Amino acid sequence: MISANTEVLNFPILTMLVILPVIGSIVVALLGKSRPEWMKLSALISSVTTAALSLWLLGVFKSGEAGFQFVSQHEWISQWGISWHLGVDGISLFLVVLTGILFPLVIVGIDPHHDETSYFAWMLLLQAGVMGSFLSLDLFLFFVMFEIVLVPMYFLIAGWGYDQRIYAALKFFLYTMAGSAFMLVGIIATVVLAHRDLGIVTFDLVKIAEGANFSTTAGRWLFLSFAIAFAVKVPLFPFHTWLPDAHTQAPTGGSVILAGVLLKMGTYGFLRFGVYLFPQAAMWARPAIFTLAVIGIIYGAIAATMQRDLKRLVAYSSVAHLGFIVLGTFALSSQAVTGAVMQMVNHGVSTGALFLLVGMIYERRHTREISELRGIQHVAPIFAGVFTVVMLSSVGLPGLNGFVGEFLILIGSFGPARWWTVVATVGVVLAALYLLWAYQRVFHGEPDEANSSFKEITIREGLLMSVFVAIIVVSGIYPKPVLDRIEPSVAALISHVEGQTK
Amino acid sequence: MNDEVATFVGPAIEWFSVSPIVVLLGGALLLLLVGSLTPQWRRGGYGLASAVIALTSTVLLVLLWRDISSSGPKLLIGGALALDHFAVLASIAICSAVVLVSLVTSDYLASENADSPEIYALYLTAAIGGIVMAASNDLVVLFLGLETLSLSLYLLAASNRKRTESQEAGLKYFILGGFASAFFLYGVALTYGTTGSTRLVDINLALNSYITVPRNDTLLLVGVGLMLIGFAFKVSLVPFQAWTPDVYQGSPTPVTAFMASVGKVAALVALVRVFVTAFPARADDWGPVVRVLSALTLIVGSVVAIIQVDVKRMLAYSSISHAGFILVGLEVSSHRSSPNVGDGLIAIGVYVALYAALVVGTFSVVTVVAQNTNDGATSLDAFKGLGKRKPLLALGMTVLLLAQAGVPLTSGFVAKFGIIQAAVAVGSYGLAVIAMVCAVIAAFVYLRIMVSMWSSEAMTTEPFKVSFFSAISIAIAVVVTLVIGVLPSLLLDLTSNLPQLASK
Repeated sequence: MISANTEVLNFPILTMLVILPVIGSIVVALLGKSRPEWMKLSALISSVTTAALSLWLLGVFKSGEAGFQFVSQHEWISQWGISWHLGVDGISLFLVVLTGILFPLVIVGIDPHHDETSYFAWMLLLQAGVMGSFLSLDLFLFFVMFEIVLVPMYFLIAGWGYDQRIYAALKFFLYTMAGSAFMLVGIIATVVLAHRDLGIVTFDLVKIAEGANFSTTAGRWLFLSFAIAFAVKVPLFPFHTWLPDAHTQAPTGGSVILAGVLLKMGTYGFLRFGVYLFPQAAMWARPAIFTLAVIGIIYGAIAATMQRDLKRLVAYSSVAHLGFIVLGTFALSSQAVTGAVMQMVNHGVSTGALFLLVGMIYERRHTREISELRGIQHVAPIFAGVFTVVMLSSVGLPGLNGFVGEFLILIGSFGPARWWTVVATVGVVLAALYLLWAYQRVFHGEPDEANSSFKEITIREGLLMSVFVAIIVVSGIYPKPVLDRIEPSVAALISHVEGQTK
Repeated sequence: MNDEVATFVGPAIEWFSVSPIVVLLGGALLLLLVGSLTPQWRRGGYGLASAVIALTSTVLLVLLWRDISSSGPKLLIGGALALDHFAVLASIAICSAVVLVSLVTSDYLASENADSPEIYALYLTAAIGGIVMAASNDLVVLFLGLETLSLSLYLLAASNRKRTESQEAGLKYFILGGFASAFFLYGVALTYGTTGSTRLVDINLALNSYITVPRNDTLLLVGVGLMLIGFAFKVSLVPFQAWTPDVYQGSPTPVTAFMASVGKVAALVALVRVFVTAFPARADDWGPVVRVLSALTLIVGSVVAIIQVDVKRMLAYSSISHAGFILVGLEVSSHRSSPNVGDGLIAIGVYVALYAALVVGTFSVVTVVAQNTNDGATSLDAFKGLGKRKPLLALGMTVLLLAQAGVPLTSGFVAKFGIIQAAVAVGSYGLAVIAMVCAVIAAFVYLRIMVSMWSSEAMTTEPFKVSFFSAISIAIAVVVTLVIGVLPSLLLDLTSNLPQLASK
């Protein structure tokens, strides 16, 4: 998986993807007081330019190639063998693009209501951290990005969230940080042990993965130290308890980002670091992880069914959906992993959109209690229509994007994890149950007095949602271009795993 | 006997090498003399003078650093002091801390209408004690440094004559510190009894030959143990930490900053030097003890911090937990067979230098906040609404707190990373994991302060004043924290020679 395509572009596009939001954030912070109107504009420009860059990246990315592209490597802390090392391949490409376009949509589409300057500044910093996590090919750099993301997210939840925001923000920060504490020790131990095989001290992911030979026991311990961090981030049952709180209390923009890209750092981390670095240990840990993933699928679905708060319902549905992704990731068949990567993006789009819609409902009705809402379909048919499409994408209806990923995961997992897959399939049915039932209660029936004045979707909201709906429909009907770019990298990863575990 | 006295020749003194100490001593005496003979100086005069003296000393230390880089470490004054990068780095940290603390103190005393030269003279004397401790190659010289530092600190702790808490803190510190010194001195005596020398290098030589000629082992071990207890009191390792929160809380806040930075750095560096230079042959004996002490210190320091409601007490416990972290580096140095044993000293050097800046900055903010409350209180409530009233100050404090928690891109992460890396490199996985988990627990404390600052409404609407010198000193600490956090190479480039302690 060594680089291709380095010389094609001299423009350091990946570095720009990380640096640009940071610059934007600084400009926003500086302009905030003196020129509020410019502040908003610069937030917009910075995020839109980042989005354009990421789309450009999508355009110039060579499909059919497995290796890392646009690799840029600069010495950073030479004493410790650490470098600023970025690269993108089929596994990270769409997550990068999703990060690129989700942020401007959130920045344009959702009002923070107060303290706009710091809100936008934190948002842009968050974007830089998430981008960096998906692009890092250096273990140290990855850890830095993975960890730094906590700070802006903490402030977004604590500053702009709902009633229980302080508690939720603290829980989010401490849970994730506790997970990464083990990973830091694991990363250092990986480097120290790899030192023997490589002869140099380096945090370079590719060099370690290709060159190091960990003993079985060491590999297992190291894998576990990484796995704890990722399991908390994903979150995998039983480490999920921070998620419903964080999601429910976060402001809408925060929830969209959290569900859209932040959780993916966990599943992506499993694939990029856990499986790639320690294939044998990953194979060894499979039964346990399968079990946790399937418990997550069923438990998340049942818990979602029981929720009275619409936002909490969506949060629990995330637990279930991410269970599918983890199942596919560890099935380690080409189809399942491709499906898992695709589903990471799909879940980001559809759950992000669901959180947006729930946010819009809250803006109008100042409640998210399902029992308080009724008959919205009558007064806001277009809103209901958009909700339907997004919901069906989340359910996994054929023809929409959710189906492609979920189907590939289930097909690909059936061989390596038969009985787990059988149980997981029940989760698909349950997903239909909780979402449709919620839809029925919220949108059907006769609107009572409070709901009869429910405002139809505005033009701004409509434009915002149309981007999501377009992605949902297009990649559902014609997923081939997406799959073409994901598959080679996945195939290379699978053959790496097979080579190491034989 | 008479012959010896007659032919006694004093050791040669390398004046340039001890010039930082001479500057501090001369400066302290001059400041005291001139200050007492002249009428009250203008606002900030004493503090500025003290800062300039300490800064001069820092510059001289930097020059010494370059000398050592080119000509290697050596022993001074007949082997009483060691001149090596380890000592000079700690001394630079001490002197820089004096500069920053002097500036903050000047604002603090002006607001209390109590500005006078004595406090600064005591800072400078304490710094002399600190430097002597950090550089001492002789247990008796070390004791001299320790007492110089401690006596200054007792007075400083009790220096606010208007507040009984300050008196109480001074007395408490004095009694317990005196105890600790006694323990230490007894340990020195027993060690001298078994090895025949108080010079660290000679003790090591004696012990290395001593393995072949077995003598009374118990005496030596008791001696080393008593010294360790003395040190443990001074750097507040669990279970000898009980005085710390009370003294930190009771002392005037700038003095707390001074104690937490200078006092801790000096004692920790001296502790490390004694064990690494004098007792490497006994590493198998003290290694496990240090392991247990550091684990206990980390756990108690971070867990007990959670239940505090006063910010100074929180930070006191957090400083205990930092000491536990640094001690992990000493544990690394006990793995003598590992090729990476030197990493421990590098990690300790980096940690103490960065920690000094961090802790001075944090306590400086606390000082400023306390000045703006009616009763000088430092409870969590005093921080409420700081984000609204003084966003820049709150932002600076946030950076410092995140650094204390060890969040990446701050100096605190660089420091912690170094320690964990050293621990993992010699195979101390258990201790590394304990240290990281404790760092997360401690993070809760810093988050609580941040929550207070950013998420609550202010208790009062009175204007919030930040004086100029304090602002400068906080800004310097924040800049150091961020610059080293983003570009650690700036500091790490310099540290490769840290493990070479002076031996001849």
